[in-house]
Amino acid sequence: MNNEEVLHGQPLVVHDLGHAAHEHHHKETFITKYIFSQDHKMISRQFLITGMIWAFIGGLFSVIFRLQLGYPNQTFPFLEDFLGHWAKGGKLDPEFYYSLVTMHGTILVFFVLTAGLSGTFANFLIPLQVGARDMASPFLNMLSYWFFFSASIVMMASLFVQTGPASGGWTIYPPLSALGEASEGSKIGMDLWLVSMALFIVSQLLAGLNYISTILNMRTKGMSMTRLPLTIWALFFTAVLGVLSFPVLLSGAILLLFDRNLGTSFFLSDIVIGGKILPNEGGSPILFQHLFWFLGHPEVYIILLPAMGIASEVLATNARKPIFGYMAMVGSLFAIASLSFLVWAHHMFVTGLNPFLGSFFVLLTLLIAVPSAIKVFNWLTTLWKANIRFTPGMLFSIGFVSLFISGGLTGIFLGNSALDIHLHDTYFVVAHFHIVMGVASMFGMFAGIYHWFPKMFGRYLNNTMAYIHFWVTIAGAYAIFWPLHYAGLAGMPRRYYDVSNWESFKMFDGLNEFISVVALIVFATQLLFVFNFAYSIFKGRKVTTQNPWGSNSMEWTTPIRPGHGNWPGEIPEVHRWAYDYGKDGRDFIPQIEPVGESESKH
Amino acid sequence: MNEFFLIAILVLIFLVIFQISKASEYVSILKGEEKARKQNNRINGFLMIAFLIFGLIGVWWCNKLYYPKTLFPQGSASAEGENIDTMLWITIAVTGVVFFITQILLFWFSFKYQESDKRKAFYFTHNNKLELIWTGIPAIVLTVLVVFGLKYWFKFTSDAPKESQLIEITGHQFGWEIRYPGRDRLLGRKNFKLTDPAQNNPLGVDWADVASHDDLHVATTMHVVVNKPVKLVINSQDVIHDVGLPHFRMKMDAVPGTPTTLWFTPIYTTAQMKIRTNNPDFTYEISCDQMCGRGHYTMRGIIVVESQQEFDGWMATLKPEYYKAFPALDPNRIPSKDTTSKTVAQAVAAKK
Repeated sequence: MNNEEVLHGQPLVVHDLGHAAHEHHHKETFITKYIFSQDHKMISRQFLITGMIWAFIGGLFSVIFRLQLGYPNQTFPFLEDFLGHWAKGGKLDPEFYYSLVTMHGTILVFFVLTAGLSGTFANFLIPLQVGARDMASPFLNMLSYWFFFSASIVMMASLFVQTGPASGGWTIYPPLSALGEASEGSKIGMDLWLVSMALFIVSQLLAGLNYISTILNMRTKGMSMTRLPLTIWALFFTAVLGVLSFPVLLSGAILLLFDRNLGTSFFLSDIVIGGKILPNEGGSPILFQHLFWFLGHPEVYIILLPAMGIASEVLATNARKPIFGYMAMVGSLFAIASLSFLVWAHHMFVTGLNPFLGSFFVLLTLLIAVPSAIKVFNWLTTLWKANIRFTPGMLFSIGFVSLFISGGLTGIFLGNSALDIHLHDTYFVVAHFHIVMGVASMFGMFAGIYHWFPKMFGRYLNNTMAYIHFWVTIAGAYAIFWPLHYAGLAGMPRRYYDVSNWESFKMFDGLNEFISVVALIVFATQLLFVFNFAYSIFKGRKVTTQNPWGSNSMEWTTPIRPGHGNWPGEIPEVHRWAYDYGKDGRDFIPQIEPVGESESKH
Repeated sequence: MNEFFLIAILVLIFLVIFQISKASEYVSILKGEEKARKQNNRINGFLMIAFLIFGLIGVWWCNKLYYPKTLFPQGSASAEGENIDTMLWITIAVTGVVFFITQILLFWFSFKYQESDKRKAFYFTHNNKLELIWTGIPAIVLTVLVVFGLKYWFKFTSDAPKESQLIEITGHQFGWEIRYPGRDRLLGRKNFKLTDPAQNNPLGVDWADVASHDDLHVATTMHVVVNKPVKLVINSQDVIHDVGLPHFRMKMDAVPGTPTTLWFTPIYTTAQMKIRTNNPDFTYEISCDQMCGRGHYTMRGIIVVESQQEFDGWMATLKPEYYKAFPALDPNRIPSKDTTSKTVAQAVAAKK
């Protein structure tokens, strides 16, 4: 379907009628406008706000378990008021501690940084930046959100069952996750987890197919692939990764459901648990890890690529300078996306993996450092001789680059299998992935929110609160995760409820206390952001100009509050790439401006 | 009561920040938004360089506080671990150089090229030569790291030396069982279906295999001989566990149904390590490194590294497991201490 047909839900015979039909389209009720909306901009806001609610829950969980880690000998009576038998006498039950850790990971990885990040920005930016009226299929797009919503409901329900939510870690390795005898969280909570993930995967597939077809088929006149802003390239590769890898996790989840409920032995063999000899024979728990990480590793890039795209776009706009090495940026995104399919077993170096096979995964893993290095140097060169405006979005983009460097470099340690033997499953890993995937992607998301909030809601966020938010968060993120590398180098294992009985690790108790205090402050600062967000939607300073950041890309050629269909008249034609900043002495030249005769070439 | 105060203070701080933020927005409108924006730009530009300086000081301070607590000052307790430490140092050096250069450039550029009316941004879209340089150099450096890494990787994962002491270690929720072969240097066959703690067969040893008759079984504490390679055969009875040996820089998963192996050569006895670490309570610990359920953090094993003489003395006090299962067959029926049963192991774990 072409752009006009998408909007009206049926093929138009005469294309020229498109505009006329548009005029009498706006008979929307509250339900079609705000709930079952098919407008990509509304769906993106739905993803964003749902994602933020999940981020609050996931973050709160980390604060609760940080209390246990920071103060293992203290009790917090108020916890019992909230958590009941999970925190008898104000002390977290170990089982529930593991549930919190598991849910923190699941929520942040899938519900916040996958659905919340690409759900928001792919929906919002793809049609606006490629010049389309809406997604290729607005209806599937709406379904994608509602599948995500039902996944959320099921996951939320699992928090309230008597035996508690899943507690086997976000990677849910069987047999721990397969056997109710092995842990409380592996009872009904685990079934709910798997059902929720299955719904979530359906949502991601619907969304991903939509993103891909929109980017490939619905670009406006003149918008060739090489004129796309880097955000769109990043979201494109993200969608491809999701479509190819999520089905594999679905198969793993379904097989695990079979093992749990139908007596199959895909992942189970030779097990004696609680004095009971199980009949299962011939399965392999390692098979599950292969299925999991075949999604799990691309998943890391599903989280990171959109943040890279957003950071590239925001950096160039506010540096008032073209992004350096556009083609290299696209090429490195492509290289990272392709390699991400070939490195999954680096999560499994110490599972007894064939060492010869392992060596290929070492090689391919460290190869990813090359395109990553290209990106970092290109971002640095973009800043060189720039004229930087420190908008909140820009600050978070610079913060993203800093965190990406710090976290990326420790990946070189972990990808090298011999070193991984020592560092695997220690706090070094925790520090690595929180910096490079967790906090860095969060920074990308914040950069996106601050940058596109005016377009989303027609108002500005408060700058002072934004600056406080940025500086506290970046300082706090480093204060929390930097020292954890040292605990990791001492071999301190992750997912320990209490280390005070271990001669080898108990010297880090003081550090744990410090980290817990910082985590509390950083969490409070995020609440400040949430407050700023909610307040500014209704009371923020109004946007009065069409293009507040002086940006080249298409979304700023729409009205300040675009209706469904985005452009009131015809969709403008594109004549150039998105990064003509500071060319021929002009501050910026929007993509829709024809190339002048005397304009210099690049 | 304390909590209410804390929440009240938090809310107050929020309100103050909010009011200031609102006020500064009004002030900026009164002053002229462009002027206020430029002022904010200068403040943030300054904060960029301040963050860099305080960040670098923080890195130095953190290192000063926590480097002594890592395992570097005491060195690796295994010959293989020394290779890992060498590699760690090389990798730290390489990544450290990149870290400092790129972070300093990032924040310094941000400070130096902050908006100024006097400067125009430089229209610079690409430069093939530069891009080739920073594609090529990382590729070469990474090749070196890969070559080093794979050399050691193949060394550690190759077959254990022939003279190695064979020991079997089995994980279960939440403890470790250790089995030594007897004089025949062979471990008896096992079959999980034969597991029966009530009949003194907690590991499911197949007594039909005569090789099992002289095997010795102890819980939690493993004794090994200094300077003699140890080969561990690793099993699990229920979920995935992991034999983590931080001091020896070694680690391997225990997977139910799939035995795995790991070998290393301890080079310091426990007594020597007490002196090296200046800690009279020092013990080599086996930590479970793979999430295994509610008692994961209590799944602690101990390794005692000692001289051959001490080791032989300790071995002499043990009685083959076969004779525990069938006391009537024991040729010299002297009652000896029984520390092997699973219940004891669990009691130990529970006490912690």
